[in-house]
Amino acid sequence: MQSFLTQTLFYLGAAVISVPIAKRLGLGSVLGYLIAGVIIGPHALSLIGAQADVMQFAEFGVVILLFLIGLEVQPSTLWDMRKAIFGLGGAQVAGTALSVAGVSMLLGLPWQTALAVGLVLAMSSTAIVLQTLDEKGLRQGPVGRAAFGVLLLQDLAVIPMFALLPLLATIAPPTHAAEAGHGVSLVAHLPVWAQVLSVFAAVGAVVGGGRYLVRPLFRFIAKARLREIFTASALLIVVGVASLMQMVGLSPALGAFLAGVVLAESEFRRELETDIEPFRGLLLGLFFITVGAGVDLPLIASQPLTLIGLVLGLMVLKFLVMLGLARLFGAPLRGAAAVATALAQGGEFAFVLLTFTVGAGVIGATLAALLTAAVAVSMALTPLAMILYERVAAALDAAIPDVTPETGDFDDGEPEIIIAGFGRFGQITGRLLTANGFRSTVLDSDIEQIDLLRRFGRRVHYGDATRMDLLRAAGIERARMLIVALDDREKTVELVETARKAFPDLVILARAWDRRHAYDLLANGADAVERETFESALALGQTALQKLGFRAHRAHRAASFFRRHDRRTFEDLRPVWGQEEAYILASRDAAQTMDKLLAADLSRMRPGDAGGAWDTASLEQELRERAEREGAD
Amino acid sequence: MSPIENRGDAITAPPAAATSGVLLVLAHPALERSRANRALAKAAKGLSGVTFRDLYETYPDFAIDIETEQASLLAHDVIALQFPLYWYSTPALLKEWLDLVWLHGFAYGHDGTALVGKRLFVACTTGASAKAYHAQGYNRFTMDDFLRPLEQTAHLCGMVWETPFVVHGAAVKDDEALKAEAERYKARIASLLSATLEV
Repeated sequence: MQSFLTQTLFYLGAAVISVPIAKRLGLGSVLGYLIAGVIIGPHALSLIGAQADVMQFAEFGVVILLFLIGLEVQPSTLWDMRKAIFGLGGAQVAGTALSVAGVSMLLGLPWQTALAVGLVLAMSSTAIVLQTLDEKGLRQGPVGRAAFGVLLLQDLAVIPMFALLPLLATIAPPTHAAEAGHGVSLVAHLPVWAQVLSVFAAVGAVVGGGRYLVRPLFRFIAKARLREIFTASALLIVVGVASLMQMVGLSPALGAFLAGVVLAESEFRRELETDIEPFRGLLLGLFFITVGAGVDLPLIASQPLTLIGLVLGLMVLKFLVMLGLARLFGAPLRGAAAVATALAQGGEFAFVLLTFTVGAGVIGATLAALLTAAVAVSMALTPLAMILYERVAAALDAAIPDVTPETGDFDDGEPEIIIAGFGRFGQITGRLLTANGFRSTVLDSDIEQIDLLRRFGRRVHYGDATRMDLLRAAGIERARMLIVALDDREKTVELVETARKAFPDLVILARAWDRRHAYDLLANGADAVERETFESALALGQTALQKLGFRAHRAHRAASFFRRHDRRTFEDLRPVWGQEEAYILASRDAAQTMDKLLAADLSRMRPGDAGGAWDTASLEQELRERAEREGAD
Repeated sequence: MSPIENRGDAITAPPAAATSGVLLVLAHPALERSRANRALAKAAKGLSGVTFRDLYETYPDFAIDIETEQASLLAHDVIALQFPLYWYSTPALLKEWLDLVWLHGFAYGHDGTALVGKRLFVACTTGASAKAYHAQGYNRFTMDDFLRPLEQTAHLCGMVWETPFVVHGAAVKDDEALKAEAERYKARIASLLSATLEV
């Protein structure tokens, strides 16, 4: 038995080596993980041991994946997808199950076994499909939506399948394996009505809890300002929901998806996404490795032709059924082909269901082993199939001009502007921009503030905006502008600096504390800054002039002239500042600057000066002289 | 402070000693909505020797920088004013610019000789057709009549008054017609430029 550390070493090592190579070769990360799994698996280098435990752990990656997808799906979007889920999804499961069963019967299986095989193989791999579509950039469009609808229904269909499959038993079950596979359902012994009731109770608990418990909990945690506890509670929710679902015999992934949907409208959505994202990636990677390691090489070697036939037969059949159905549901040929290719493999549920059916005496152990291998290989082939699809599609592009552009989004539109900090400063800027029709996403870490704004229907997300990952989740990669309006000098500089480094073309505007801070921000890559008190202080000064007897327009001109003078001085002193900063303490520095400012004020502006405007003294003088001359004539 | 020492905000004026070229002063408060003035400005802007000054873009708050503007005037031989005719006159900011920059003692009066010998060229667009600007038309006066104040401004400042360039019915002209006008405008500015070179 290898130690935990050695195991981890092999898993991480294999992933770190093979995934970048696979990506470089254009094969995608999923294939990279799978190949890594095959190589370190028990049938090749045999660096890793028993897969069962790791597999269970890794399947949690799928749960997290579904939770994250749920976070992106607003309940209303889910309603809009009902046709894809129940129509296309239902048709896919029924159609594939029946055609696989038919072929199986032709190959000589009794109808019960054939139907069981059909149902098991109708499942596709959520993890592989979504990850592959993501990498191809197809997940957010119609292709991704159709595929996702089908996958969602498959997850739902697993529930009745567990109930239905034992009825198809033709062989005496091996007694010791009776409970295998079906997790730890606590309600299995209850009567059916109680089981149904417990399912509804569990779903109700997730929805109700998500609505009324989680938000106050997060708000409480957010106030404590402990990052890791926030992450821990996010994980806690996912794990809690997953185990609750398992208890009542539902798919944990489905439960996690539901929890995600419930939280999709919460202000913590972005923060949750960002906190959980790394777990998803790592665990999914682990999952793909275990699938790769699970490919039974000796079995394949002993029956290569049978296996090749099974895999190709399975994939071609699933492809054809899905292609036909997608066309029937109105998808364009190319989109339908993409969905069909993506869903053509067997899924991770097949592993669970196969173990279950063997235990229930539905499918023989030999056949199950063969099918498990076939499913694993078909999963491994999916990324290759997608590459093949892309090649064919590219070749046919000339022939079929009606390429549907990938548009549409789960999300509520990309923001053009990201506003970091929505306090006394940011909200004025933000309101102006919104009033003029620009879409903005706001990040703020003051929970009371967010509450208030959300009550007025603003899109505000909780989070520390200096975190790059959170900015990415908010869509900074596609935004035109970042407005930094944080109430924290250091964080403002930090954010401007990192954002500038990551996105050289992004327009960055920043709120500056004072002159010194403004220079700092400009030096760190801000395109423009505004000293937070300057304009308001100037406005008050203008009012003061008016109260002191200036007519309004004169006061206004004086303020305008002063503004120009001050901005020019700001530019003039800019290089000087850099040299002084090296050796003068901040306090003395500020005093010296004030000296310079006052000197500049006196040299450039005369008392009551409004820049020489409307000064008619010389004209009056000349007119007087002319009048005298004319009078003398 | 002399105009030469003055540091401009966005526009840096060339040294006053070497006067050359055309200072094209555009005044349109909603250039984003104007087809004609945009087409004209775009055509003329590209010519070398033309200094382009978009007044409403430079002074959105009407706080005109007198020193910078005077330095620009000094540095050019031809002062071109391009604007849409509003109430038979210039848009407000162009009038403000004349009021504040063309001061006594600078542009006119005993010591106001800064603009003597320079040429003033007006390019103007109107909504109404050419027929309206006629004794029998509904505007009752000709364009020359309406532009008299600017003509007299040139005269008082000792400048040469160039024949104005007018585009009538700017709003109803199609793209093709506007393109032709823009070409005509460009040619006119080019001829002003070549005339300055001869001097």
